[in-house]
Order: sequence, then C-alpha cells, then structure tokens
Amino acid sequence: MWVLLVLVVIVGLWVVSAYNGLISLKNQTVNAFKQIDVQLKRRHDLIPNLVNAVKGAMDFERSTLEAVIQARNQAVKVNASGPEGIKQISQAENALSGALSRLLVTVERYPELKATGNIGQLQEELTSTENRIAFARQLYNDTATQYNTKQQQFPTTLVAGLAHAERTDLWEIEDQAERAVPQVDLSRR
Amino acid sequence: MTSPDGNLFQQQEANRRRTTWLVIGFVLFFAWLGFGGDYVWALQGHHPFPWVGLVLTTVAIFTVWHTYKTGPEKVLWATGAQELIDPKTDAERQVVNVVDEMAIAAGIARPQIWIIPDDDPNAFATGHGPHDSHIAVTRGLLKICNREELQAVIGHELGHVKNLDVRLMTTLAALVGAILLVREGMGRMMRGGGFPVRGGRKSKNAGPLLAILLALWVISWIVAPLVTQLLALAVSRRREYLADAMSAQFTRNPLALASALEKIEGAAAPTTSIKSGAAHLCICDPLGRRLTNSEGWLADRFATHPPMSMRISRLKGMGYAQLKKEGGSSTSFAPA
Repeated sequence: MWVLLVLVVIVGLWVVSAYNGLISLKNQTVNAFKQIDVQLKRRHDLIPNLVNAVKGAMDFERSTLEAVIQARNQAVKVNASGPEGIKQISQAENALSGALSRLLVTVERYPELKATGNIGQLQEELTSTENRIAFARQLYNDTATQYNTKQQQFPTTLVAGLAHAERTDLWEIEDQAERAVPQVDLSRR
Repeated sequence: MTSPDGNLFQQQEANRRRTTWLVIGFVLFFAWLGFGGDYVWALQGHHPFPWVGLVLTTVAIFTVWHTYKTGPEKVLWATGAQELIDPKTDAERQVVNVVDEMAIAAGIARPQIWIIPDDDPNAFATGHGPHDSHIAVTRGLLKICNREELQAVIGHELGHVKNLDVRLMTTLAALVGAILLVREGMGRMMRGGGFPVRGGRKSKNAGPLLAILLALWVISWIVAPLVTQLLALAVSRRREYLADAMSAQFTRNPLALASALEKIEGAAAPTTSIKSGAAHLCICDPLGRRLTNSEGWLADRFATHPPMSMRISRLKGMGYAQLKKEGGSSTSFAPA
C-alpha cells in the first residue's frame, strides 16, 4: 500500500517536472524566434541608409542596388506573415543576404567610396547586424533542437501531448556560400 | 556542440547550490558569533537577553545586502573603469556591437559596458546574474584584438555571466566584506571596553567551558576571512575551462579565442588597474603570477587561472575537431 503511494507520488512529481521542462523550452523557442525577428527588422531599417549612402557614388552598379532594394522589400512583406511562415521568411532573408553580400563586395572594389562619408561606419553596422542575425538564429536553432529532442526522447515523449509540444522547424541555410555571409569584411578592426 | 550545454546546466546548478550554502553558512556563522557571544556573556552572569546576537545579525544582514547590491559598481570603480554609454570612436562602436552580438548568442540581457584606461590587454565580468551584469575591457585589449578575437573574449566573459559565476563571486565578496567590517567594529568595541568579556564578576562558576568557548569564538573571528578566500579559489580554475568552452559555443570559432589568448599572453604584463578582487573573472590572471603557469596540487589550490598553454591547446583541439566535421558533409545547422 505504502509502496504504491510512494510510487504514485514519484511518478506525479516526474510528470510535473517533465511537463514544466517542456513548457519552459517551448517558451524559450518562441522567445528565440522573436529575437531573430527583432534583428531582421534592424537589418531592414539599416538597408535604406546604406543604399542612400552609396547611391550617389554608385550610378554604375544600378542592378546590384536594385537587387538589394527588391530583396529587402520582399523580405519586409513576407516577414509580416509571422512565425507560421518560417520557411518563406528564411528564404526571403537568405535572398536578401545574398544581394547584400554582392553589394558589399562591389563596395570593396571602390576604395575611394569607402573613404568618403560614413560608409565605414555603415559597414561596421551592417557587419554587426549580419552577426546578430546569425547569432540569433544560432540560438534559435540550438533551442529548437533541444526542444525537439526533448519531446521525442523516451520518457518525456509521454507528456509531450499533454504539453501540446510539436516539432518546430529549424532556420535553414541553403548552401555553403550562404554560411559565409556574416563575415563581411574582416580587415576592419 | 551539445557538450558545453550539459556542463553549463551542471555548473549553473553547482553555482546556485554553492551560493545557497554560502548564505546558509554565513547566517549560521553569524548566529554563532553573535548568540555565542551572548551565551558566553550569560555564563558570566550578565543579563541573558541576546541583544548582541540580534544586533550583530541585523547589522550583518544589512551589510551583506548593501555590499551585494553595490558590489559590482565598487569593483568597477576600483579599476577606474568608465561606462561606455555613447560610443564615439570606431573602436568603441565596435565593442558595443560585439557585446550586443554576444549577448544575443548567449541569450542573456545586454550587459553594461565599461572601458578600463589601461594598456595591458584584459577583460572581466561582474554583476548579479544574466539580467544584471557588467563587462569591462581594457583599452589595451581593444588595441591588439581584431573583431573575431574581441568577440571570443567577450564570449568568455558572458560565459561567466551565464553560468552564474558572477553571482557567486559577488555574493562571496559581499560576505567577506561584511565579516571584515563587523570584526573591525567588534574589535573596536572590545578595545574600548564597551564589551566586557574579560574579567566578569562571576566568571569563577563558569570554569573551563567558558575559556574553551571564548577561545573558539575568537578563533572563528580570525579564521573567517581566510576560509572564504580559500572557498573562492577552490572553484575558480575549472570554471575558466568552461567559460572558454562556452565562448567557443557562442562564436562557433574556438580558434579566435586561442589566438586572442596567445596575443594576451604575449603582452602579459600585470594589469595594474585590476585588483585581486576581480581576478577570478578576468580573461587571464591580471596579477601575472608564476603560479598560474604550473599544474599540480598547490597551483590548483592557489592560482585563479589554469595555464595559458593548456587553455590554448584545448581550444585548438576544439577548432580542429570542428574543421574536420565541416570538411565532411553535415553541419550544425543541418536540417533534421
């Protein structure tokens, strides 16, 4: 009789702690996703500044600039769809990353452009923004992986339904070249 | 990349436990000092109401609370650090950005940033935990490190913040401070004769018990600061390796920290502006002690940091393991 009671109490305690662990991870995942969102907004706000700063001196590379502006507008539009559209958001943002890195490579080719105005400062801001996005999605992916693993592993999987735990998608990066994007310019300190 | 995680939770748990035990031990210690004094006094036939214990405990709790709250500011003040609120130069803007980036990677609130006007490269963290922390870097560090290396060093410091090392250290410093302060006050009272322990009127009926109690009581006063100091040292070497590992986890770039450590070691003059109070949470031992460069029992007990060469070789090991993995096919972001 006593043994049974003790067993029930132990199992009950375990269910509570497993449930709470899952809920905590779920919220951390949501929070980590919000963090990416914040950083993406920062990037979207920064791009018009960058484009304005280089526009005057860059009548030549029109198409590169156009591509950045278009990718940015597309990303802003998709971003409004919220966390459900994580696949589309990450695609749009990856396209923007590609366009941005092409622009920055182009800027590198014109040293006189770098020397004028506040391009150097903007470059640091952009480097930092790209890093923030990269770190925010690193945190998101790490947290989401932890959450996914936890809800699939054996004893915890029994309470996964109770906690309404569902697999979350990771933020995917398409190809190897994409992954190098955050390192915009390492010669600057 | 999951191995530092397990260590992180263990270390957080261990730090929480240590903080709790420290506080409990401290309360018991003060109860012994205060109420023990009352007991001794009562044995001498004075009024038995334990006012010494009550007053002492109140004073001690208030002192600890105050020192805990103001501790980080005092440590920063002692190093002559200035808070970086409005970055002006490129280097300052960069350090603000790098700290922001690392705070995101670590998933903690953005710490306050301080600059120490010292040409020796070093950095340390202090504060009360992930929601309220400070990070200080010297001008020398900003001068010699490139962006990636700076990132790695900041990552190491935020590792100390995230695994609650800073909270433990602030608590410890507050306790040591309170003990020293109260001891000072008691010493003054005894010398002034306001606290008649010796030569009580009816001391003859108390006998040897009183003498033993009194001796124990006095010894406790003398030994207390030493014990707390040793406690701080006992746990400080292993945590450096963990903070290194956490930096590697945040930046995914252990080789950057390795090269930062090499640069810092190359410039290893003592950092004169960082006093021993903050030494435990620096990126490298600011006192440049010889002990830090050796392994072994004695060094384990008394040095604050493990040997630089060991830290660098561990980081390089991590870096090569990572390169090998990436040279294959899968990556840490691989879709499941």
